[in-house]
Amino acid sequence: MNTLTTTILDVKNLEFFYGEKRAVNGISMQMEKNSITALIGPSGCGKSTFLRTVNRMNDLIPGARAEGEILYEGINLLSDDINVVALRKEIGMVFQKPNPFPKSIYDNITHALKYNRIRRKAELDQIVEESLTKAALWEEVKDRLHKSALSLSGGQQQRLCIARTIAMKPTVMLLDEPSSALDPISNAKVEELILDLKNDYTIIIVTHNMSQASRISDKTAFFFSGDLIEYDVTEKIFTAPSNQKTEEYISGRFG
Amino acid sequence: MNSKTADRIATVVLVVIAAVIVSILVGLFAYILFNGLRYVSFDFLTSPSSNVRAGGGVRDQLFNSLYILVITMIISLPLGIGGGIFMAEYARPGKVTDIIRSCIEVLSSLPSIVIGMFGLLMFVNLTGWGYTILGGALALTVFNLPVLVRVSEDAIRTVPRELKEGSLALGITHWHTIKTVILPSAFPSILTGAILASGRVFGEAAALLFTAGLSTPRLNYLDWNPFSDRSPLNIFRPAETLAVHIWSVNTQGLIPDIEQVSNGASAVLILAVLIFNLLARWIGTLIHKKITATK
Repeated sequence: MNTLTTTILDVKNLEFFYGEKRAVNGISMQMEKNSITALIGPSGCGKSTFLRTVNRMNDLIPGARAEGEILYEGINLLSDDINVVALRKEIGMVFQKPNPFPKSIYDNITHALKYNRIRRKAELDQIVEESLTKAALWEEVKDRLHKSALSLSGGQQQRLCIARTIAMKPTVMLLDEPSSALDPISNAKVEELILDLKNDYTIIIVTHNMSQASRISDKTAFFFSGDLIEYDVTEKIFTAPSNQKTEEYISGRFG
Repeated sequence: MNSKTADRIATVVLVVIAAVIVSILVGLFAYILFNGLRYVSFDFLTSPSSNVRAGGGVRDQLFNSLYILVITMIISLPLGIGGGIFMAEYARPGKVTDIIRSCIEVLSSLPSIVIGMFGLLMFVNLTGWGYTILGGALALTVFNLPVLVRVSEDAIRTVPRELKEGSLALGITHWHTIKTVILPSAFPSILTGAILASGRVFGEAAALLFTAGLSTPRLNYLDWNPFSDRSPLNIFRPAETLAVHIWSVNTQGLIPDIEQVSNGASAVLILAVLIFNLLARWIGTLIHKKITATK
């Protein structure tokens, strides 16, 4: 890795608790701008919890709390003064299960735009086309923008969810196993899309799919029972991991 | 007995139960319509009721029933849905929420006559309004609110969590998410609850006896000024509804054609409920299709 890359997220000693139970034990790591970081590890290792702490989605869980710091452009995201609504505009998220709103394809994209007082038809039309194009969905849906989003296939629905996140022009995108619920062809399309998005966004992706992590990510972090075991350049993690546990996991001996 | 026979017996028993329920419903419906429809005529629907002479109609009662329903829904729907939103989205689990929930449950099991007496004290005597449409509508609100809160809460809770998270993750506030994602998804179930509640309002007599009263002033349907005494739209006038009329004709009627009037009125009441249900469902489906963009 060259030394000119800029750090966009700087996680310092992050701990996360569900009530009394600690799910993340003092993790520190840095993510670089316009890179793809893959988080891997067995179920319950804390990688999804970690991801959902970054955009404060865990605030919804009663009794959950985070300690430590996540610095985004020098600002601590975990601070109480953070406006989570503004934060989630900067740091978008795509979920494991495609979750389009039960509205038209068009309305799915404009949903958040309208909330942000963008009302002009021409402007909305333009953003809809732009974001659908970026999400590689425009050609497939341009003739039925006003049909229900639920009429799309699973893979198309997921790309629509990515498109509506893109429409908010975030800087960071958090992807929580975005293609695990999809068939292989849709999966390939979503992967291709993620690689494309790297030019404009910083991406953190949680995945259970080892080959996916090795194909698309620049750096990989291996989590195990709440600890960050190893965090390094993807190639190194998959060819010459320095930790015994990492090696066992990526070679499929547990997890 | 092997499991196959058990399965067969269970199926037969369930089918018989279903058939009994359906035939009771159909029988009741047919009986009321058969006995009542022959007295229903254009004249019956458009002439006012009479206290002593034969040949009175149910024009005012039918209008009163519909009007009280509308006023009740205007008051109770926002309150009920608001309560449901609070219970499902804002109330933190704990003692206070538990107390509120048990209050709602107690309220929903109150006999309607008790609500009528409460209404008499609160909306008739304490306010000094006398028997009024508004008093009746408020009593019916008390009667309906628990059901509406419950139905709305359940409807909101069944909206998939992923939808809510999807909207929040786009940087949209909780309230805007409720308005634009959660409520539209919960709309069909809330509508069903509202329709059930309206059926109860249509059929309710006990809660209205002491609040909306047993009489209707001579109405002038051309007078649309809601503050005029003889205007049908005045909410501070007494109003006898169809259900109350059926009761009062049967218990204290002096007219010679009690049977005709009460049978006819029953048929009208049942048809009104039926038409209202179908209309509400049809309009509801149209609205839902419009928001969800399904054809």
